[in-house]
Amino acid sequence: MNESDRDDGVSRRRVLECMTWAGTGVLWTMTGGVPHSLGIIGEAAAQEARGLTFLQISDSHIGFDFKTPYPNSVGTLEEAIAKVNALPAKPAFMIHTGDISHLSLASQFDDADRIISQTRLDVHYVPGEHDFVDADRKLFLDRYGRGTKGAGWYSFDANGVHFIGLVNVFDLRAGGLGNLGNEQLEWLEADLKGRSASTPIVVFAHIPLWTVYPDWGWGTEDGGRVLEYLKRFGSVTVLNGHIHQVMQKVEGNVTFHTARSTAFPQPAPGTAPSPGPLKAPADKLRSMLGIASVTFKQGEQRLAIIDTPLQG
Amino acid sequence: MRRSTRATVHAALVAAALGAGAAGLLAAAVLPGWAQNATSAVAIDNFTFKPQQLTVKSGTKITWTNKDDIPHGIASANNAFGRSKALDTDDSYSFIFAAPGTYQYFCYLHPHMTGTIVVEPAAGGNAVQ
Repeated sequence: MNESDRDDGVSRRRVLECMTWAGTGVLWTMTGGVPHSLGIIGEAAAQEARGLTFLQISDSHIGFDFKTPYPNSVGTLEEAIAKVNALPAKPAFMIHTGDISHLSLASQFDDADRIISQTRLDVHYVPGEHDFVDADRKLFLDRYGRGTKGAGWYSFDANGVHFIGLVNVFDLRAGGLGNLGNEQLEWLEADLKGRSASTPIVVFAHIPLWTVYPDWGWGTEDGGRVLEYLKRFGSVTVLNGHIHQVMQKVEGNVTFHTARSTAFPQPAPGTAPSPGPLKAPADKLRSMLGIASVTFKQGEQRLAIIDTPLQG
Repeated sequence: MRRSTRATVHAALVAAALGAGAAGLLAAAVLPGWAQNATSAVAIDNFTFKPQQLTVKSGTKITWTNKDDIPHGIASANNAFGRSKALDTDDSYSFIFAAPGTYQYFCYLHPHMTGTIVVEPAAGGNAVQ
């Protein structure tokens, strides 16, 4: 388990800004730069003050059933979902950051849906490139794209946090990285327009929006424009998958985080000839797969992200 | 779950790569200038196309075979030839390159993977350019 460090402090101004969306009935104090609620009016407010916890799972790659050392992808997704169901506090909902399937087959989406639905949580999906194997992207969009725009992007609000699901795995160009495209970026600009800078923002997409390792295609061509639009917001969290390992970076008000896969690990950037599956010893493998839980507490600039491996 | 069965896709519709004006050449495919039954192979290995650049005579059938544990897909950079299905491990895709020219392509799942096919007129001429 590792928790993002939150020791770089929250400016008093920022805390005051963030307080504006916290609603009434809560008194605040500052301890060591981190605000805590002192008093709460009513039970409903008490619920609020515990903050919002949601889960991220990623890269379930249902259909990837390679020989040893990998267990089958259905089995490890079942283990991940068992972890979710065993959590002491039920999360508000789940996001899936893509590569649900290995080859966009209906049977693979069916298996994923059957297992993931055992959580009885709402799940917000964005596609990975493995979910967009068909040129017209119907296999994913017919199933998960209802109410979304373009190639499947959308936004929603929960507990005062604004969530944005982006799609960066379509219209990919030879030699390029992940791609969002003008239409989506214009939509994003409009979606953010008029929102208060104190609104906490969570952006999620499959391929990292920051450049992790271009030699392996681990980045998004026009991801910089997203960050440009988000610059004025006090709390921005970017959640990605695709690279099958935990990686975190903090840049100003933006925290970038990638989640583990539930199916197979990939090597650290540049440590192998290619980004193909990392062949880990069987007893180590489950420590390299897992889920992430993300908690937002009012007044805290940064979300607490806890990565939990399937084992270890 | 069973892995998808090995799918070998023969994209015989070479016409897709040619303009209407070139259709007449297709009819003349049996004439000299057509590298009849010529074949060549590209391996997809460690997220690279091997060889990355391949030069063949027109009429050559090129077959890509995926040797990786991860699926790949072949797509022309400018839609000059047909896109493959997703190729799982050991799957292959073939295309007959009729018209001379330089064809850039990439993996549509991992677009940082790129390759080039250079198609030269076969002996006897018949270049479409």
